Amino acid sequence: MSKSVKYAAIAASLLLAGPAFAAWTLNMTTGITPVSREAHNLHMLIFWICVVIAVIVFGAMIYSIVKFRKSTGAVPDTTMLHSTKAEIIWTAIPIVILVVMAIPAADQLVRIEDTSKSDMTIKVTGYQWKWQYEYLDSNVSFFSTLARDSNAARQLNSGIDPFTVKDYLLDVDHPLVVPVGKKVRVLLTASDVIHAWWVPALGMKKDAIPGFVNELWFRAEETGVYRGQCAELCGRDHGFMPVVVDVKTQADYDAWIKAQQGEKPAVAQATDSSPALANQAATTVAKAE
Amino acid sequence: MSAEHSHHAAHEHGHDDHGPAKGIGRWLFATNHKDIGTMYLIFSLVMFLTGGTMAMVIRAELFKPGMQLVDPQFFNSMTTMHALIMVFGAVMPAFVGLANWMIPLQVGAPDMALPRMNNFSFWILPFAFGLLLMTLFVPGGAPAGGWTMYPPLVVQTGDAFPMMIFAVHLMGASSIMGSINVIVTIMNMRAPGMTLLKMPLFVWTWLITAYLLIAVMPVLAGAVTMLLTDHYFGTSFFSAYGGGDPVMFQHIFWFFGHPEVYIMILPAFGVVSEIIPTFSRKPLFGYDSMVYATASIAFLSFIVWAHHMFTTGMPLAGELFFMLSTMLIAIPTGVKVFNWTATMWRGSLSFEPPMLFALSFLFLFTIGGFSGLMLAIAPADFQYHDTYFVVAHFHYVLVPGAIFAIMAGVYYWLPKWTGHMYNMTLAKTHFWLSTIFVNVLFFPQHFLGLAGMPRRIPDYNTQFADWNMISSIGGFGFGLSQLLFVYIVWSTARAGVKATDRVWEGANPQGLEWTVPSPAPHHTFDVAPEVK
Repeated sequence: MSKSVKYAAIAASLLLAGPAFAAWTLNMTTGITPVSREAHNLHMLIFWICVVIAVIVFGAMIYSIVKFRKSTGAVPDTTMLHSTKAEIIWTAIPIVILVVMAIPAADQLVRIEDTSKSDMTIKVTGYQWKWQYEYLDSNVSFFSTLARDSNAARQLNSGIDPFTVKDYLLDVDHPLVVPVGKKVRVLLTASDVIHAWWVPALGMKKDAIPGFVNELWFRAEETGVYRGQCAELCGRDHGFMPVVVDVKTQADYDAWIKAQQGEKPAVAQATDSSPALANQAATTVAKAE
Repeated sequence: MSAEHSHHAAHEHGHDDHGPAKGIGRWLFATNHKDIGTMYLIFSLVMFLTGGTMAMVIRAELFKPGMQLVDPQFFNSMTTMHALIMVFGAVMPAFVGLANWMIPLQVGAPDMALPRMNNFSFWILPFAFGLLLMTLFVPGGAPAGGWTMYPPLVVQTGDAFPMMIFAVHLMGASSIMGSINVIVTIMNMRAPGMTLLKMPLFVWTWLITAYLLIAVMPVLAGAVTMLLTDHYFGTSFFSAYGGGDPVMFQHIFWFFGHPEVYIMILPAFGVVSEIIPTFSRKPLFGYDSMVYATASIAFLSFIVWAHHMFTTGMPLAGELFFMLSTMLIAIPTGVKVFNWTATMWRGSLSFEPPMLFALSFLFLFTIGGFSGLMLAIAPADFQYHDTYFVVAHFHYVLVPGAIFAIMAGVYYWLPKWTGHMYNMTLAKTHFWLSTIFVNVLFFPQHFLGLAGMPRRIPDYNTQFADWNMISSIGGFGFGLSQLLFVYIVWSTARAGVKATDRVWEGANPQGLEWTVPSPAPHHTFDVAPEVK
């Protein structure tokens, strides 16, 4: 198990360290939140259970294929029709295994869905094809769209090699900024079609549904920039609305939020009226930055 | 009584008892289960190649990062149409074709119970898929909102929108009629002495499948009709702006959709349960438990649908229920895999092409089962959901699962249908190419999903480049290998070494289909056989 954790850690560090480089990544990231770590542990638990079952079941199949061949003179035992004992055993054992899986899974599910006692709330709205972030406690709001160089490179036959673009398709103009170590509650909705907000390193994905508000939470334990994408088919540019989260230290975050508020206090109201206005507002904020 | 029925039917249809009608009329007005079965199988093969071509477009665009070939909208059309065509046009009609050919032969009936409806249910399909394929040429392009047709996105479809919905209605009508026919045939036309628990497993799995189809196809029809009225008649079933709920569509869709995935795999279980005993020269282990396991899977399929929707923001209680009920499916599915393994245990195995495909099914379907179990675990599913891990999972259960079982069935019964043995070396070549390439194609998609690549995207970050290229190479290889399959079927239909009545002489084929000549004459079991 420790070997696997180490292996997964290498895979994860590859994933996190070098999106600009091709990587033969094999496994799920351990991420940087308690939820992502637990999801990873659960994933590895089920994975190894499946491996053990596979070794036994495939072993029996391969043994049969090798050992009971007509070409080597195997004689069929045609009396072997049914065995109540065997059937009870291979029904009971899977039940036990399922219970072993279900207990930690259910336990974790309860904790994942507990969005209470959060330190701050951010409202995320999905649009075709960008995200809007509204800091409900701080009156800060802006749009987050695909970075300009990625957008240029992703045009049909653009002639730009994606390998030369930094964080190709996983970079935005304005990332979501959050403080490290805080329980962030995210309220999700959408203005047009269903989107899904997902950053693998945060360990949680949820649909943003027009007319409804979903919620999720995360507590990032390490600073850094973490990248993800819309994970629900939302039309032509579904593949081009990344989610980027910049986890800052509390001091840096405070400075950042103050800068946002200082430059453009009216942003929050503007976004309510129209996306176009809000876009302008976001651009203004960006310029100020 | 059976003989009388057959005579009566022959008279009524103007058929000559000595052979089929001549010319195109034989096919247009076909009422013979073998002719209709053949048409279903050929139709399915054509659709398999059509949907496969679309898959090639997808894999070509995904060969390397950057957009090289198609517009993202057209890419979405390809994924949507590929799925609709493969699910409704390739896999389902192939199983109906096998059912048409084999159920009467396996239960000792002279034909399907409702031959005219049989004709109708087949001939609907070319119209349904003609309509669907025409959407490629209408303003707004082919449907691009995914085969799951989630609103509100699907409402953004252009002129293709009503065409897609009517096509789905037609497919549903065809499936319902096909299922009624299967049920009536099995319930009323079994040879004397063939009690329910003496039926071949293929007949059993199809009987259960047919009930599933009748239960859920109307649900799909209802769901898409609500989409239609939302779009054209001012209703708001799925629009939040009118007080509706987009997620309700997902509930209704997956209440159809989850039984649908078992509709595509239960007959596959049946085919494999015929083939493994034959080439193990040993009766199927645990026949009764196989039947009960199939029925349990069918029942469970109705209470697990929302595991497709863990990320929609269901209440905790809902997530717990659907996680636990989904995990339960592993138990009857496990029973089946263990029974197949026990059938081979202490058998005497030989490895003709049908057995090779059945064995490949056994291993690779089980891998798909493992990833299915992983996906059932909700907290982990929050990471897996809508990534390539899911794509890998359902392609493992559908391609080396359902489609390999169909191919196993074709290689098993083709000599019975055509009267010719096929070229074993070519068939084995087809097997090895398919098995190797299908893994090159789909296994890396597990890694892509776990690394964080969402599904249904036309372009991706460079970190996903390597495995995508490998997967595309596997895709091209798999696609090309299927041309060999077409050639084998075509050449065997035309000529070949004469097959004996029992076909697999060295093996131990059980069942009434092996008591009739090869090729099976136009009319079989005019006099019902006795089953002891």
